[in-house]
Amino acid sequence: MHELSLALNARDIIEAAAVREGFARVREIHLVVGELSCVEPEALRWALAEALRGTCAETAEVKLRIEAGHGRCPACGHEAAMQVLYDICPACQQSALVAQAGTRMQLLDLRVE
Amino acid sequence: MCTTCGCHTPLPAMPAPLPDTSWESRLVHLEADLLASNDAQAARNRQLLQRAGVRALNLMSSPGAGKTTLLVETIRRLQGTMPVAVIEGDQQTRLDAERIEATGVPVTQINTGKGCHLDARMVHQGLMQLPLLPEGVLLIENVGNLVCPAAFDLGEHHKVVVFSVTEGEDKPLKYPDMFRAADVLVLNKCDLLPHVRFDVSRALDYARQIRPDVQIFQLSATEGSGMDAWVDWLRARVRA
Repeated sequence: MHELSLALNARDIIEAAAVREGFARVREIHLVVGELSCVEPEALRWALAEALRGTCAETAEVKLRIEAGHGRCPACGHEAAMQVLYDICPACQQSALVAQAGTRMQLLDLRVE
Repeated sequence: MCTTCGCHTPLPAMPAPLPDTSWESRLVHLEADLLASNDAQAARNRQLLQRAGVRALNLMSSPGAGKTTLLVETIRRLQGTMPVAVIEGDQQTRLDAERIEATGVPVTQINTGKGCHLDARMVHQGLMQLPLLPEGVLLIENVGNLVCPAAFDLGEHHKVVVFSVTEGEDKPLKYPDMFRAADVLVLNKCDLLPHVRFDVSRALDYARQIRPDVQIFQLSATEGSGMDAWVDWLRARVRA
C-alpha cells in the first residue's frame, strides 16, 4: 500500500498550502495519475479518504485524471502509445520505448473556500 | 420631512452586509509531485552518507528470495576489512535483525507495520542510530515486496534486486518497475539449478530487456559460489 504514503504526502502538501494561501476548506482535489506510474487509482482514493480525515480537506471531492502513456524509441525514434512500461518498440523491435508521458503522479490544484 | 419627529435626519448608515462567500471558491494551483517530500529527504540522506564516506545499498526482493542470508554471508566476508552497518526493514518481528546481530555488526530494525516499503524518512531515523564510519558500507534490507519499494528513493547509491531461481523466469517482466529501478541484479540460490526448471539465460534476457545496463551476479549465498565476485564488486564500489 504505497498509495497510503502518497496520500499522506498529499495531506502534508494540502495542509502547508492552507497555511500559505489562507483557506479553511477544500472542496475539490484535482490529481493526475499517469497510466505508467505505479499508482492504483482506486487504492489512492481509498488512502486519501483515510489520510484526509480530520483535515480541512476531509469532505473534498477527489477528481482524478488518468494521463495516457506515451513513449519514444531511443533506437529508431518511433513514437507510440504505451500501456505498460518497457514495451518493445512496435516499429523496429530493437529497443524498449522510453516513456515521455504517463509517469506523473501529481496534485495539480485545489478548489478551496 | 419635518423637524418634529426627526424624520429629516438621515438614518445612521447600516454596516454593509458581509458578502456571502460560502458559495465562492477559488483555485489554488500546486502541481506538486506526490513523491517530492520523499525525494527531498532521500537527497538529504544521500548528502549525509556522502559526507560520512559511506556507500549505501538498498536490497529488495520478493519474500523468501534470500536477502537476509545474502546479507549475513556478505557481512561475514567484509567484516574486518571495512566498517559495515545494517538497516533492517520488516513489517513485523525482529527475527531478521537478530540474524544480523549475531554477526556482530551494528544493526537497527525498522518495523514498517502495515507499510509495505521503507521510505527516506524511516531510513533517516535509522541513520541517526548507526555509527557511520568512513570507507564503510551500509546495507539496507527493504521489506520483501517487488512492487512498492521501487518507487521510493532512500538516498542509497545502488538499488539491488535479489531474484532467486525458485521464482519464475518472467519476474522481470511481471515487475518491470522494480527491475527497471535496480542497477544491480543478484540471481540467488544458483546451487538449486539442477533441481528446478529455471532457464537462466531467458531470465537474464528478460532482465536486460527491462534494463539493458543492469549489473548481474549469479551466486548461492548458502553454498558460497559466486560470492567472491559480488563481494569484490562491493569493495570496489566503496573505494571508488
